[in-house]
Amino acid sequence: MKIDWTRNETLVALVIAAFCLAAAIADPGFLSIATLTDLLRGGIVLGIFAVAALIVLISGGIDVSFTAIAAFTMYVTAMVLNAALPWLPWWAALGFGMAIGACLGAINGVLIAGFGLPTLIVTLGTLSIFRGFMLTFIGQKQITTLPPGMREFGRMMLVRGENADGSFYSLHGAFAVTVLVIILTWAILHRTMLGRQIFAIGGSVESARRIGIKVRGVQFFVYVYVGILAGLAGVIHASMARVANPFDLVGLELSVIAAVVLGGARLAGGHGTLTGTVLGVALIVLVRNSLIVLGIPSTWQSVAIGILILIGTGLPAWQAKRAAARSA
Amino acid sequence: MTTATQATPMTRLFASTEGRLALITLVVFVLMSALSPDKFLSLQNFTSMAFQFPEFAILALAMTLTMLTGGIDLSVVGIANLSAIVAAMILTQVTGSGDGVAVLMMAYAAALAVGLVAGLFNGVLVATLGLPPILATLGSGLIFTGIAIALTGGSAMMGFPPATAWIGNATLLGIPAPLVLFAALAFAMSLLLTRTAFGVKVRMYGANPLAARFAAINIDAMLIKVYVISGALGAIAGMVVMSRANSAKADYGSSYLLLAVLIAVLGGVNPYGGYGRVIGVVLAVLSMQFLSSGLNMIGVSNFARELIWGSLLIFVMIVNTWRAKGRRS
Amino acid sequence: MADALVTLDGVTKTYSGITALDSVGFTIAAGEAVCLAGENGSGKSTLIKILAGVEQPDRGRITFGGTQQGALNPRLSAEAGIKVIFQDFSLFPNLTVAENIAFSAEIGAGARLVHKARVQDTARRTLARIGVDIPLGAAVETLSVAHKQLVAICRALATEARLIIMDEPTTALTEREVRVLLDIIRRLKADGVAVLFVSHKLAEVLEVCEKVVVLRNGQKVAEGPAHDFDAASLTRHMTGRDVAATPPTPLPASAPELMRVQGLHKDGAFADVSFTLRAGEVLGVSGLLGSGRTALAKALFGLVAPERGTITLDGKSIALGNPLAAAEAGIGYVPEDRLTEGLFLTQSILQNISIGRLGAHAGASGVLNLAGLIDEARDWLKRLSVKAPDPDAPVRSLSGGNQQRVVLARWMARSPRVLVLNGPSVGVDVGSKSEIHGIIAQLAAQGLGVIVISDDLPEVLATCHRILVMKAGKLVDDLPTGQVSETDLAHRLAS
Repeated sequence: MKIDWTRNETLVALVIAAFCLAAAIADPGFLSIATLTDLLRGGIVLGIFAVAALIVLISGGIDVSFTAIAAFTMYVTAMVLNAALPWLPWWAALGFGMAIGACLGAINGVLIAGFGLPTLIVTLGTLSIFRGFMLTFIGQKQITTLPPGMREFGRMMLVRGENADGSFYSLHGAFAVTVLVIILTWAILHRTMLGRQIFAIGGSVESARRIGIKVRGVQFFVYVYVGILAGLAGVIHASMARVANPFDLVGLELSVIAAVVLGGARLAGGHGTLTGTVLGVALIVLVRNSLIVLGIPSTWQSVAIGILILIGTGLPAWQAKRAAARSA
Repeated sequence: MTTATQATPMTRLFASTEGRLALITLVVFVLMSALSPDKFLSLQNFTSMAFQFPEFAILALAMTLTMLTGGIDLSVVGIANLSAIVAAMILTQVTGSGDGVAVLMMAYAAALAVGLVAGLFNGVLVATLGLPPILATLGSGLIFTGIAIALTGGSAMMGFPPATAWIGNATLLGIPAPLVLFAALAFAMSLLLTRTAFGVKVRMYGANPLAARFAAINIDAMLIKVYVISGALGAIAGMVVMSRANSAKADYGSSYLLLAVLIAVLGGVNPYGGYGRVIGVVLAVLSMQFLSSGLNMIGVSNFARELIWGSLLIFVMIVNTWRAKGRRS
Repeated sequence: MADALVTLDGVTKTYSGITALDSVGFTIAAGEAVCLAGENGSGKSTLIKILAGVEQPDRGRITFGGTQQGALNPRLSAEAGIKVIFQDFSLFPNLTVAENIAFSAEIGAGARLVHKARVQDTARRTLARIGVDIPLGAAVETLSVAHKQLVAICRALATEARLIIMDEPTTALTEREVRVLLDIIRRLKADGVAVLFVSHKLAEVLEVCEKVVVLRNGQKVAEGPAHDFDAASLTRHMTGRDVAATPPTPLPASAPELMRVQGLHKDGAFADVSFTLRAGEVLGVSGLLGSGRTALAKALFGLVAPERGTITLDGKSIALGNPLAAAEAGIGYVPEDRLTEGLFLTQSILQNISIGRLGAHAGASGVLNLAGLIDEARDWLKRLSVKAPDPDAPVRSLSGGNQQRVVLARWMARSPRVLVLNGPSVGVDVGSKSEIHGIIAQLAAQGLGVIVISDDLPEVLATCHRILVMKAGKLVDDLPTGQVSETDLAHRLAS
């Protein structure tokens, strides 16, 4: 396969490789299973969020409310399961969260597809509404005793092992969920007509209408699907953290979108790949987890992520600007 | 056509976004007054409101300016905190004489310089390098916040000379100083947008960037100025926050970012550029403040504010689009 | 009449009091190609929308294959085999050729999953049907305009198509590409597919058409067999008058040189362009789309940066690739696409004029003299007789002709030395067109140099002293207007 140097995926992959190389030189212990499992663990919730953000960007919209949906869902799920349905097994707990997420996503869907409001403003509004509703009417205190189903899920490990130095490493079972989400989303985007219609309306809404695509229906699906993924991510986050903190997650939304754009998705819609998204998330997690290995104190972490975002989005923008100047 | 001939002053008022917003503000005010007349209508309440809103209202002015060009400045809060921390470092490390006014002036100058440089950085990213504003300022905002964290290790800086308290807590002829500051900035911004060539260019560029290029407007210089002014407003807001909190920290006012965007949009600013008036933004700030103070008094939690702000935003958007659709058909 | 595929009878449509179509009726038979000719605003696009089911007529009957239709909608029209190829093609730039071609067919078939083999097969078959080879896996955004059009045609053919409506099919095509298109149309007709060409420039497609219908101001003003029409009679019917090409008053021999362009070169756009422009001269630059005429026009105003060459005005050289410098030196540019490049649609009429004069009305402090600015803009509205009931209304409320005058006023207010007009009368009604031509003559009489870039040959012949013909990026002819006929010029452009 030929390597396309103009693609964002290539750029991000190169940066990841360079980062790992530099880290391996600085600390030979960097190249270990423990590092890898830490990295994968860090990508579980972020990865699901990023897939959700990707599908919205492809459809030509932007959603900043998914973190609020996730926080709302994990809190309500933990509360309701504790109070009324403690016997629900872990998979049903995840399903419960997905159902709540779907309902909240449907609210976005009605406002965007039904009323035709701009996506950024709607989701900005619902971000405040979901969060405000939860903190006002449901609760503000952390739920430290999770329902049994979530506790059980929190203890599930795919891989467990001992490092050479005697410390333990493990890979959480939720990683499998993230992988499933990626596979499922890939299948929807590339193997169903619905997915192709998502790309189509991201490419040109007007053309889509003219050939009879039910634009509203597709948009509605997109926001409900995002809601489902956000709900799932919320329950997973709480299960892995072993606490449902209503103040978690919100505030991550812009970084997630940045990771997706870093991976080549365009804000204008119609473009984006899951490979790029995964790479974008990997880079962000790598910087968060391992900057210290390169001798950069972790207080500089957000500076590093900021610079990455500027370079990752700036290079293509600058190339596009130069190409526009070159052509007539 | 028929509606234009029958237009009474009332219908014309509600035909404009600002007119409807004025009505909403009035309704909120009357409602809150009715719900708790003795508390809401007290002088003490008005004073406390006047101390509360200027800091995020100044950020909303910055957001308005950038949104008028079809952009956005997600780094304003980062700029506010970074300037506050630079100012705080001067205030805590340079020992001045007496009340510390000289040191304070030096700190303010440094903070403003930080705001201007940060704004210039954004301007270059957006205008010269052609980054989408939302990503450029998201990235630069992380950098500014990151530098603020790196400078302080993430902890709050305290121990300022007494004069620092003035800008956030003093009154001027009985009017709270932050309110005076906001009024002056809002007035200046309104003049800038309506009475200067720069303001006209900003709006025209926001309405159609391509036509602006074809009309030989110096777009790069204009955009850089926009983000520099936005950065300066961020720094000023940072000074107010620092004064009121009597400390500076890298993560102060993190909820102000969305709030500032919300206020600008609620105030009728078109986030895709080309339309927006300062009076609308002022009305949006007032209605939000009335609402949150009033609700606070009848015992509704702080978090309910967020819920109500979001609902108000969506409500106004639905009304606006519904009206626009009605006009078209 | 029995074999009529589509029959329109007394179709009438009004938009808020304005009659767009006034009891229009004609028929299209299977395998027949019909030209629907008309100027902008004649009701052509309304007719397309009604056939496509996007708009409903107020009165009148539409019959498909003998059965009268009730209220149409886009789905019913498509199911009846009526396919519209819009001027912008309405393709998905981000998807592949194969997907674009097969998309509506797959949706129509109720597919839920992607049938890759079937999609490839549909695409290959339809491409083969019109005898064209385009890589199936290429993203549509990377294709040339002509190929995009072919993809759009294939998409229309991928489902049962009985009538293909093509909106302005030839505007963007070179002569060779038009030949290819006409061959395809012949194939389709042989298959029994009917074609309706809708355009204001139909002379090129007359040879494949059986019938011509001409619309003017919403009414059918002519109908007949295609061989009864030629370019001149079509124009006469569309405009309702004989537009005789009377060349402008000759330029005095003493007119001094104003602008000189030397060796201007831009890779892939134009090469080694040199010409001079004298004061008071109207210079035409004509060429097909893609000949480099627009790139050259933009380069003169600094919107495109040439790699080599010089532009001098009054002997002073102007920095290349910088619109600010060009405007400062006294060059004005009225763009081709008024709606996206020329106007700030949501802003007021006055602001659209005064935007060019902000510098002149700002004091040292940067504060504007608003009264002066507005008075001046109002004065220009009067001078160019812009029909604007409310000068504070958004400029999009004006008609095409009045909008064009607003853009002209913006530049004229700056008292330029040279005005570059790219397609000065595209999309304006006939009356405004001749008034705009009058304005051009006036400007020249005042000693300005005017460069008219246009592929509207009667316009070029009526307004210009001299015509430069551009082909594949090069200036190939320099013709004084008096010595060339429209047919001759058309031939030189396209050969």
